[in-house]
Amino acid sequence: MKKQLAAFLIALMPTLSMAAGGANVHLDSMEPDLYNYESLQKGARLFVNYCMGCHTAEHQRFARTAEDLGIPQDVIEENLILSPQLAYNDLMINGMTAEDGESWFGTAPPDLSLMARLRSPEYIYTFLRSFYLDDAKAWGVNNTVFADVGMPHVLSDLQGEYELVCDPNHLEVRVEDPLRGKVTNPRDCFRQVETGSLSPAEYDQAIYDLTNFMVYVAEPSKYQSNSLAPKVLLFIFVFFIFAYLLKKEYWRDVKH
Amino acid sequence: MGNPNRAKAEKGLMRWIDDRFPATQMWEDHLSKYYAPKNFNFWYFFGSLALLVLVNQILTGIWLTMSFNPSAEGAFRSVEYIMRDVELGWLIRYMHTTGASAFFVVVYLHMLRGMMYGSYQKPRELIWIFGMTIYLALMAEAFMGYLLPWGQMSYWGAQVIISLFGAIPFIGPDLAEWVRGDYLISGITLNRFFALHVVALPIVILGLVVLHILALHEVGSNNPDGVEIKKNLDENGIPKDGIPFHPYYTVKDIVGVAVFLFVFCIVLFYFPEMGGYFIEAPNFEPANPLKTPDHIAPVWYFTPFYAILRAINFSLFGLDAKFLGVVAMGAAIAILFVLPWLDRSPVKSIRYKGWMSKVALILFCISFVVLGVLGVLPATDGRTIVAQIATAIYFLYFLLMPFYTRIEKCKPVPERVTG
Repeated sequence: MKKQLAAFLIALMPTLSMAAGGANVHLDSMEPDLYNYESLQKGARLFVNYCMGCHTAEHQRFARTAEDLGIPQDVIEENLILSPQLAYNDLMINGMTAEDGESWFGTAPPDLSLMARLRSPEYIYTFLRSFYLDDAKAWGVNNTVFADVGMPHVLSDLQGEYELVCDPNHLEVRVEDPLRGKVTNPRDCFRQVETGSLSPAEYDQAIYDLTNFMVYVAEPSKYQSNSLAPKVLLFIFVFFIFAYLLKKEYWRDVKH
Repeated sequence: MGNPNRAKAEKGLMRWIDDRFPATQMWEDHLSKYYAPKNFNFWYFFGSLALLVLVNQILTGIWLTMSFNPSAEGAFRSVEYIMRDVELGWLIRYMHTTGASAFFVVVYLHMLRGMMYGSYQKPRELIWIFGMTIYLALMAEAFMGYLLPWGQMSYWGAQVIISLFGAIPFIGPDLAEWVRGDYLISGITLNRFFALHVVALPIVILGLVVLHILALHEVGSNNPDGVEIKKNLDENGIPKDGIPFHPYYTVKDIVGVAVFLFVFCIVLFYFPEMGGYFIEAPNFEPANPLKTPDHIAPVWYFTPFYAILRAINFSLFGLDAKFLGVVAMGAAIAILFVLPWLDRSPVKSIRYKGWMSKVALILFCISFVVLGVLGVLPATDGRTIVAQIATAIYFLYFLLMPFYTRIEKCKPVPERVTG
């Protein structure tokens, strides 16, 4: 009985490891810019075309995205709402059920509305640039940021294909070269074997835009928050001055 | 009511009301003729600020309740609905989440003030006990509120805490099941926590706040010198060192409110997650009973007690470590209740106590902060030893208090308040 249980648990291992993102992975820096609307619009386009086949942004509405990013309604309806069942005011969902996702990928593709807050902008930016060829995997690719990820490299027609020339188990930290004392960036471990439609620099920019959009979609209220904050703080400051003067006036009669 | 002079002076609507309800008398007893010492310092802002945050929590909580869906299927989604689709919903929700942490910031500072100036000493023991009960209810309130967004940390944090009940011998597992209302945390748990969070505990907290303030106004406020101002009365029976709470302290507290709100709003607008301490990142993923997060850490205001729980990693007298940890954690809170009877010092304020009390209080504060930091971090062998030392200091502060407060040499207390 125990043996059977152990065998069962071992059989479960790949499924379990897929759910786990590795800790201590090197992440490239990524500064989101919510006021670079061109970047956000390009990111939205990539998101809808490449991510939303399987993923969703189920808490966000197309209309909200359009209004916040300055995209006209007809442009959104023609270019970003791909499903005929969905309308301008609908949530950004797709037609795939969780059961389908589980049977196709081993785990249902997670909703991406809050991914940038759950992980981090740096995580997404590095993850989407870290796929490499791995014949042992069902989709022929693996990822250095998220080992044994169940997701295919859907952006490979843009990026091309890369192989990993270092040991994937020793990428957690920057590797010291013992002979030359040189610090090896994990990025140096990727070698392009097939070109995509974008150059490496263009691909990095595209992923920056996509990540930037995901940062926006994780907290669209940032715009209101950023515009309201200075007004509220200024009001409190002015209020403080009057409150302080009032206090001083009253306390003049208190003898110490 | 019984005052003939006032009855003569008043006319019109106020007179009509006062004949039927002691409105003017209550106003005078608690504000315009409640005499507070004139030497309150910075530390005396936090009582009124706690009241402000309580009102903030109740008002924002009411509005959140209008759009929140307390079910396992709908809770997470409804929180994001509030964040995106409800007009100013994000502001209301961040006021509530930031307010929860702000509540503990001001309450911890308020408690420290009481400890520094001996505000728990005779005749203010009941004020302290009511206050401690508020703190206890507040912890329950915060704990239950944290489950409601139904994120991963909501779920697993509650899982860890409720499983602590399971460590109690004999009745533990049944007790944990009774608290959960299910074999594991489920929508049933969420619903009962919602009921307790929005109805039962707020009523308890409000009632206790009334008792806390009534007891305070019965005996009068302490002050940084620990001098009883009622011992020096003028010819009208008014304390010479006292000033009416209104207008003097109302206008002063409003200045404190402005400063507090400025800081509060900076956090609220620019850092609502506060680096993952006010809102933890795993809570941006819906609760998943099949997937344990890599590292479960309670919210920052519980971490000192969580660190004490984890510091007890050894069995004793046949009792297992987990149960002893629960006992230690409970004792860490319970011992605060008896503080008024542990302090045997003839003086109240730290200003006039001896060096031993001063060193003890500093060590206590350091150990509390160290425990708080350790409670956030994953446990390692080294950290566990530090946590054990800090736990020992925490308890020794209280257990040795009857001795060091009695033997140390205190400075003479002035007759009247200073500065």
